Amino acid sequence: MYVAVKGGERAIENAHRLLAHERRGDPGVAEVTLDQISGQLSLAVDRVMSEGSLYDRELAALAIKQARGDMIEAIFLVRAFRATLPRFGATEPVDTGEMRVRRRISSTFKDIPGGQILGPTFDYTHRLLDPQLAEGFAPEPPATADVSAAAMPRVTDILGRDGLIEPSPEADADTPVGDLTREPLGFPADRDLRLQNLARADEGFLLALGYSSQRGYGRNHPFAGEIRFGEVEVEFLAEEVGFAVPLGGISLTECQMVNQFKGSATEAPCFTRGYGLAFGQSERKTMSMALVDRALRARELGEEVLAPAQDEEFVMSHSDNVQATGFVEHLKLPHYVDFQSELGLLRKLRKEFSEAADDSSPMQEAAE
Amino acid sequence: MNAPTYNFAYLDEQTKRMIRRAILKAIAIPGYQVPFASREMPMPYGWGTGGVQVTAAILGPRDVLKVIDQGSDDTTNAISIRKFFAKTAGVATTTSTADATVIQTRHRIPEAPLHAGQLLVYQVPIPEPLRFLEPRETETRRMHALGEYGLMHVKLYEDIARFGHIATSYAYPVKVNARYVMDPSPTPKFDNPKMDDCPALQLFGAGREKRIYAIPPHTTVKSLDFEDHPFTRYRFDAPCALCGADNSYLDEIVTDDQGGRMFVCSDTDYCETRQAQGHRGTESAAPHKESARG
Repeated sequence: MYVAVKGGERAIENAHRLLAHERRGDPGVAEVTLDQISGQLSLAVDRVMSEGSLYDRELAALAIKQARGDMIEAIFLVRAFRATLPRFGATEPVDTGEMRVRRRISSTFKDIPGGQILGPTFDYTHRLLDPQLAEGFAPEPPATADVSAAAMPRVTDILGRDGLIEPSPEADADTPVGDLTREPLGFPADRDLRLQNLARADEGFLLALGYSSQRGYGRNHPFAGEIRFGEVEVEFLAEEVGFAVPLGGISLTECQMVNQFKGSATEAPCFTRGYGLAFGQSERKTMSMALVDRALRARELGEEVLAPAQDEEFVMSHSDNVQATGFVEHLKLPHYVDFQSELGLLRKLRKEFSEAADDSSPMQEAAE
Repeated sequence: MNAPTYNFAYLDEQTKRMIRRAILKAIAIPGYQVPFASREMPMPYGWGTGGVQVTAAILGPRDVLKVIDQGSDDTTNAISIRKFFAKTAGVATTTSTADATVIQTRHRIPEAPLHAGQLLVYQVPIPEPLRFLEPRETETRRMHALGEYGLMHVKLYEDIARFGHIATSYAYPVKVNARYVMDPSPTPKFDNPKMDDCPALQLFGAGREKRIYAIPPHTTVKSLDFEDHPFTRYRFDAPCALCGADNSYLDEIVTDDQGGRMFVCSDTDYCETRQAQGHRGTESAAPHKESARG
């Protein structure tokens, strides 16, 4: 019909063909491989796995390649695939206390059992563009040392031994954690669902909200109790054999914030917690998540809900970038039927306005 | 790498069962928004994922599917959704309103009257008619539970006070079965009367907002109004330039940059059917018409 407003099937096919062509770029340049993306853009892969809610480096790398590096599009691809996967059950809770740590820092104590380990980090790098990298070069092999046999207890566990911080809630086999991808979300939402929402939430959105809480919109006095990154074992309790079977290892980043204390006439004062967890090395995400988790506990801790970061309906309804981008970008779809309706109303109102103005003008003259 | 394989009409049977339960509940409580565990679909939220999930859950192998967007079968998103079901369910598709058993729509109700046994599936962006008056879900659910719709009437009254008319021209709120105030999705208010006492089952799916609601056949659907400001339909006062219809909703087509424009049926199937029957308007062909060559 109308080329200007209606597209044919062929137009769609041609657009997708052109997209594939643009994605490939200059055919004289070698095509990027999934191994290259997974190995050399590993933090991008980590983010896609985290917000895509699927731990699969290869699929995440494929999604990034297919999405031409558009992270939200890549996350969307992974999510849509994940939605079709059958659920066999839930794994045992992972024990981050037993993590094979690659990086671990605490800002609350100068030294901690197991030590501070900087690991691979941008921290303290000078942000100067490196011309060496432009040409490609072989970096020095990393410095090594013997693995310490010392345990690396979580800093919050050390504080918890003296009762200085509130205990983490215990796992309860009778009340399994919720899953907002399987059950519709209702409000008020408990912390399990809030944390699931935050784990899937857009990093930029959480960063801004966490930042706003630091600037006074729902301030909660955070200290980075501990950030650790490394590998943990995942176990699945197989009913048939009656014991937990290891499924393999995954990389995780965990952030435990130590926050403003609470206390009352009947309860000794103690620090409170904010928690962040993400796949791979995702420090900005987990720190922001921990700030927002703590802010969202306002209701539970008897604090006044005043700031956006404390408002669970606001945060949880707008944190998902796949939902957000879909609805923002749907404005690209044709709206000419409703626009026509609006145009009709506006023309009518303008006509009535000018008629009223015409009617009143002779009277004005008479008055003058 | 796992090569993905998909079930009939894409969704797995467990998910379809969950959606069907929500649909049954929605039919049992006309106009009430039933929460459902909306899935991530392979098209973006806001592009019809709610309607697609409802259609996927109700589609059978013998169904004949029609998909329209803005009343038209050949808008890009309508084509995309029709292709999705032709591919994943292998069902027959049609552009004929009369021949379809399931019609998925965005922003229009077909002009041709629907008949018993047909299903009209609406794509819904914001299912909550009170959302723009009260952003909190916890609050709006309470207002529905108590039938507390004063806020909506105040809004409509304020429109009249300010503009002389109710200034809502699409997504015009209705009351279903004398109980729930419901958002008809962003259809022009011209279409509202078609929902009343309709012989077809009307289902509404909002994917991003995770809500399904329904109007069972022959249910009373009343557009909100006041005794002294009764509900009125709006259509541009002209016959369709192509088929001469004087009772259909019209699209405005800008033909040049000198103020030239023509008005033609938004429902392409209705317009083409009338033209095939020999009805003619003032224009013989549409401007910018895609040429016939392949």
